[in-house]
Amino acid sequence: MKKIILLPAILFVAFINRSCANFGNDTINAVKTIGADESNLVLPQGFNAVAFAKGLGEARHITVTPNGLVYVKLSKLKDGKGTYVFNDNNSDGISDATKGFGNFTGTGIAVKNGYLYASSDFDVYRYKLNEKFEVIDPEKPEKIVTGLLNRHQHEAKAIALDNDGNIYVNIGAYSNSCQERDRTKGSMGKNPCPILDSAGGIWKFKANQLNQTYGDGVRYATGLRNVVGLDWNNETNSLFVMQHGRDQLHDLFPDLYTTKQSAELPAECMYELHQGSDCGWPYIYYDWQQKKKMLNPEYGGDGVKTSGENAQEPVAAFPGHMGPNGLLFYTGNMFPEKYKHGAFIAFHGSWNRSPEPQKGYFIAFVPFKDGKPSGDWEVFADNFAGGEAFMQPGKAKHRPCGLAQGPDGSLYVSDDAGGTIYKITYTGGK
Amino acid sequence: MKKTISVLVVSTFCYIVFAQTVSKDQMQRGKTVFETYCLTCHQEDGTGVPKLNPPLIKTSYVTGDKRKIITWVLSGTTEKIEIDGEYYSNNMPPQNYLKDQEIADVLTYIRNSFGNKSSAISATDVKNVRATMK
Repeated sequence: MKKIILLPAILFVAFINRSCANFGNDTINAVKTIGADESNLVLPQGFNAVAFAKGLGEARHITVTPNGLVYVKLSKLKDGKGTYVFNDNNSDGISDATKGFGNFTGTGIAVKNGYLYASSDFDVYRYKLNEKFEVIDPEKPEKIVTGLLNRHQHEAKAIALDNDGNIYVNIGAYSNSCQERDRTKGSMGKNPCPILDSAGGIWKFKANQLNQTYGDGVRYATGLRNVVGLDWNNETNSLFVMQHGRDQLHDLFPDLYTTKQSAELPAECMYELHQGSDCGWPYIYYDWQQKKKMLNPEYGGDGVKTSGENAQEPVAAFPGHMGPNGLLFYTGNMFPEKYKHGAFIAFHGSWNRSPEPQKGYFIAFVPFKDGKPSGDWEVFADNFAGGEAFMQPGKAKHRPCGLAQGPDGSLYVSDDAGGTIYKITYTGGK
Repeated sequence: MKKTISVLVVSTFCYIVFAQTVSKDQMQRGKTVFETYCLTCHQEDGTGVPKLNPPLIKTSYVTGDKRKIITWVLSGTTEKIEIDGEYYSNNMPPQNYLKDQEIADVLTYIRNSFGNKSSAISATDVKNVRATMK
């Protein structure tokens, strides 16, 4: 049972002096939250969504501090700044103060042990925070990790931190399936795939050591084509990631795969990682319908042959190409009991399903019990695109990308197409 | 007055030449090539994929110099490229396995679809550019 929750029409939030309290007088701008949003999210009964902030452009990942400051990383500078912080001083659910800082763009952002961590597509930085979780010196971040591979494809360096002083960084493969010539019909896969020595996996570095490069870190997990959504699960004390599965089975091997099979079969997989995990890319893809690891056609596969006996099994698998860009394990008390410990996944929305209809542009939920999925996934928040006619990457009004949990248990969602930060709360129908 | 007449004559001439070169048949053949080799990345309506695959709607690459767009299709790219102020990061595979006529057809189709209106490209145009790349 779902009902359409209209995002309330929000009056222009006048710039008022008390909103200066957190960020200093010279750098505050009023947040323009004028009018209702054109995209009305569809949520389960009892949930409500508001546009917490708008007009950010490409808002990638997001994190919320224990006192409610919201930090957002942008992949395109807005007014010359690549990171923004928001606060809701009057606690009406809408940001009323913001400040931008930093001149680099990127995706990753996280707060841990008194620091704000943020990544560009090459490096990882950190900023020391004061006791109010404000950045002390916005102009002088420390470089934690530097010189990571960026060959333009799968370049986002998504990050997550554990509770033992380590930071995990995605280094995506600059390739679809490690062909001799990327995405080129008739070109077969390189064996072994040389990309895997420096990309196509998760690397682990120290969270408090400056200027680390590849040699200072360890390859924590390999065989991962690209990961944007990842989260440290405090219940299992392990890293969970969402892999972006391979593209173009039909385009590259039209004799072996129909457009429908190409759109559906290569799953977007959730993996629980440990030191040494190998998830099998580029040699295999996971067919979520057969629940089998299939040999990729670039390596002699034909849609029937299985492979990857030593490759890790996914803990959950979703239809192809939906683009899982955000992962969050819910630990709050605001939402009903079934959501506790479960996983929210922001599916950015597909492009590689064409000419079949596109899919995604929603937030999914997977219930968990004892650290494992305890039921099927379901759509939690839908209609970011703004209706069927907008279910295309170039037309979608909004595309969910990052997820974060507020101190009150609310769920924040960043959108890198429309530049909106959504705040989703549970009111129980009140 | 004389000037106006000559402008009219020249534009009519251009219109006739243009109308003759962008034939219905070529558009149909181009559409078939587009659907087979281009559609997945650039999307059915040419809107592309933000940040990854460029749109084909009124961009300087598509509607500009013939030689540039022919070269592009033949050689592909592994660079992150800027088109009209936006960056696109996916690799484009070289399409040099297509025949001269197929490339001429698909480029003519793209240059006259999705709201574009640019001159047709001939197999000879493609042949000439291909020759300079060997």
